[in-house]
Amino acid sequence: MIYLELFWSFFQIGLFSIGGGYAAMPLIQSQVVDIHPWLTMSQFADIMTIAEMTPGPIAVNSATFVGIQVAGIPGAVIATSGCILPSCVVVMTLASIYYRFRELKMVQGVLAGIRPAVVAMIASAGITLVTMAFYGERVLPADLSEINVISVIIFAVGFFVLRKWKVNPIYVMLGAGAVGILHGIV
Amino acid sequence: MKQKIFIKLFLSTFQLSACTFGGGFVIIPLMQKKFVDELHWIEEQEMMDLTAIAQSSPGAIAVNASILVGYHVAGMAGALITVLGTVLPPLIIISVISFFYAAFRDNAIVNMAMTGMLAGVAAVICDVVMKMGKSIFQKKRVLPIAVLSASFIAVRFMKINIILIILICAVIGAADTLYLGRKGGKTL
Repeated sequence: MIYLELFWSFFQIGLFSIGGGYAAMPLIQSQVVDIHPWLTMSQFADIMTIAEMTPGPIAVNSATFVGIQVAGIPGAVIATSGCILPSCVVVMTLASIYYRFRELKMVQGVLAGIRPAVVAMIASAGITLVTMAFYGERVLPADLSEINVISVIIFAVGFFVLRKWKVNPIYVMLGAGAVGILHGIV
Repeated sequence: MKQKIFIKLFLSTFQLSACTFGGGFVIIPLMQKKFVDELHWIEEQEMMDLTAIAQSSPGAIAVNASILVGYHVAGMAGALITVLGTVLPPLIIISVISFFYAAFRDNAIVNMAMTGMLAGVAAVICDVVMKMGKSIFQKKRVLPIAVLSASFIAVRFMKINIILIILICAVIGAADTLYLGRKGGKTL
């Protein structure tokens, strides 16, 4: 039952991606690349790139993409529903607790406990993506000198610009794409 | 009258979602502008609390925040409508892209752009990690730093299931809150 598997995978992604935006990334990688053979690592890198370029949450974008690749439009709708169902339940529950007690200390404490782990997981997924960008493989090759120099330059400049001037990431993405095309043509 | 509110809710969230690139926190100030300043449906303090709930809950912040706004304005039906409004734009856009994905990926120009953009995404994610990591190290508490280091080793080198790691850290967070509460100390 592919629909059930899709639903369950994205339900777990929705339930355990706590801490916004990029927190979903390592979970998606684990579900759709490592546990299920739905995407290759290079497709996963593609969808992260597309998700960054298009509006909407990363988790919803990936659910739609993976759903369509695996089981067409119904797959996309099912994966997306699975992904947002935990949010609906938990948010409503928390909201009703909040309106009754106006007290979220325990919730915030749990969140504070999870946050460092989320950072560690995003860092780990980030390292895999950096390796993909520099070498085209998810693990470092034996010969480290086969590095894609242009990608390293784009990465370094992008990172510097983001840190220094806090520019909107979408401009970094557009610039990176433009440099990629320019380099390919020249 | 009620129908009018539903339509307004749907259109507002649809527009916001269609224009929110990069996801996450970007949508919060936009929602604030729309629902607090423009429509006066929510008070400012309440919007801040709703934001805290959206962040504390699993899933995408944009989805969570829209559920809360919809629920606040028009109950369950309102929440359903705002979720639909938030999810439809990415669903439609990504569907269109993935139908052309094969052709899209085989196109030389697109391929070049995607290769460049992957390096860009990598930079964006490293920036996010630096920012998030900084806020954890700034607290100058041993526990969060220890949790960060241990989680990194567990996920990167020991390949431990990340859901298990999240659950363990949730327990640590709860225990820490109780401990700090008993000590009468300040919260995290």
